[in-house]
Amino acid sequence: MHTSDFRPLDVQAIREDFPIFADTPPLAFLDSAASTQTPRPVVEAMDAYYDTYRSNIHRGIYRISEEATDQYEKARQKVAQLINAPRTSQIVFTRNTTESINLVAYSWGSMNIQQGDEIVLTDLEHHSNLVPWQLLAQRTGATLRFLEITDEGLLDFTQLRDVLSEKTKLVAITHVSNVLGTINPIQSVIDAAHAAGAKVIVDAAQSVPHFHVDVQQLDCDFLAFSGHKMCGPTGVGVLYGKLELLDEMPPFLGGGSMIRSVERDISTYADVPAKFEAGTPSIAEAIGLGATVDYITEAGLASIHVHEQELLKYAHERLQKIEGITIYGPAPHQKAGVVSFNIEGIHPHDVAGILDTHNVAIRAGHHCAQPLMKKLDVIATARASFYLYNTLEDVDRLHEGLQKAQTLMTRRNK
Amino acid sequence: MNIYQEELLDHYENPSNYGTLPNPDISHEEDNPLCGDKIRIDLIVEDDTIKEVRFSGHGCTISLASASMLTEKIVGKSLEEVKKLSRDDILDMIGIPLGPVRVKCALLALKVLKAGAYGIKGWPGEEDE
Ligand SMILES: Cc1ncc(COP(=O)(O)O)c(C=O)c1O
Repeated sequence: MHTSDFRPLDVQAIREDFPIFADTPPLAFLDSAASTQTPRPVVEAMDAYYDTYRSNIHRGIYRISEEATDQYEKARQKVAQLINAPRTSQIVFTRNTTESINLVAYSWGSMNIQQGDEIVLTDLEHHSNLVPWQLLAQRTGATLRFLEITDEGLLDFTQLRDVLSEKTKLVAITHVSNVLGTINPIQSVIDAAHAAGAKVIVDAAQSVPHFHVDVQQLDCDFLAFSGHKMCGPTGVGVLYGKLELLDEMPPFLGGGSMIRSVERDISTYADVPAKFEAGTPSIAEAIGLGATVDYITEAGLASIHVHEQELLKYAHERLQKIEGITIYGPAPHQKAGVVSFNIEGIHPHDVAGILDTHNVAIRAGHHCAQPLMKKLDVIATARASFYLYNTLEDVDRLHEGLQKAQTLMTRRNK
Repeated sequence: MNIYQEELLDHYENPSNYGTLPNPDISHEEDNPLCGDKIRIDLIVEDDTIKEVRFSGHGCTISLASASMLTEKIVGKSLEEVKKLSRDDILDMIGIPLGPVRVKCALLALKVLKAGAYGIKGWPGEEDE
């Protein structure tokens, strides 16, 4: 998984696994930070479940139910290996990153956060790693504190000492900003937080899909990500937690599958991860996520990262030459495959709208990060983001589309 | 058909009735939470008829062109007539097919107008759903 297993991506072969790119000219899909495309092997794994062994898990005493249970649990193993979790039982399947974070905010939060405690966040957080903590703070009387960013869009590390104190109970931080692409130095943040006696939850929605993340090396307490941002299906996400924390936490949702025994007035709960997987889960999607892990591991996360860096550098080079463009965030080597920008005099909606007429898909808006937009002093940005199936031609198409947008929108003097 | 065609771009670049009024009878501003576009509409009303209108704000081509066209349409009309303007009237006025996100851009001006003049909340076309 490290540089030793590096081999350049065979992007053309990869693209053949994605029917959506079969048209000529192909769709230039530059919105993978929102949700990725799905390769055939992932869809086929889900089809196999539906076509040949569809049944509920963990209860049937017949062959196909055992097969379904087996495949569901194998997917959990694969996810555990992907992030190097010590034990498979530390992987909880949820719907998405948002649900994983809410699970921690309710379950761990209800036991561990009290009036006067502090929760430390950063200015880079997606709403899904902000609003759950606002709700927890409102319920408990805790206070939220924020690490700010520098003008380059990097975390202002000098503030860390001032912000952390014995009151800090939790640091909730994104690994990679979905708006600026900034890769946060979370190892240092985790070490500092632990030294202050706080726990750390990492929002890894934009990191696990793009480079190797090792939870044991990081020593993070919780980590959350979504299947749909890593070539997997929608409807399945992951929460990793340290076993001693997960063991002590009360259930989040109550119902079937999460119990050991139930009486009229009281129940005892199953062990993790079942304790946190009440009800019938997204079985096909979890199995699809297992196939996704195989797919990106086979391509090689180191290779994916190098490929995205190449696209990113090329995009910066080309886009910088466009008159009136502002690219937000740090230089390519300090970030993941995301380019947020604005072109003077053209609303980001129009940028995206015009690109769409050239079959180039990018995102425009606040990217679920309104406090960050305020910090950047913009209402919205246009954002292109890359994944393993993108090519240099996609970047050329983006560049060409932007030039056309500029010609169209600035034909006459306003 | 392309949404970036001449007529809309003309309105965007040289909007009609752009600006504010010093002593408006009605003034209202709202934004589109999806994208932060913001439109304010000022009206002078005499004998239940719209005598003067100005709009201001910032937004994309669709939202500003739509506001410009709407202001042209309502001057000289009675408040009763203007109240009847519907989602479809605006979409007909724009004259090209729009996706659901851009429909909101197109309807922002009418939403602001109806909220300011009649206190009608919600997006045109959704109030009666
Ligand atoms: C950094 C980050 N965190 C959290 C999320 C939320 O992910 P989901 O919508 O899958 O819960 C996203 C997705 O946009 C994200 O980019």
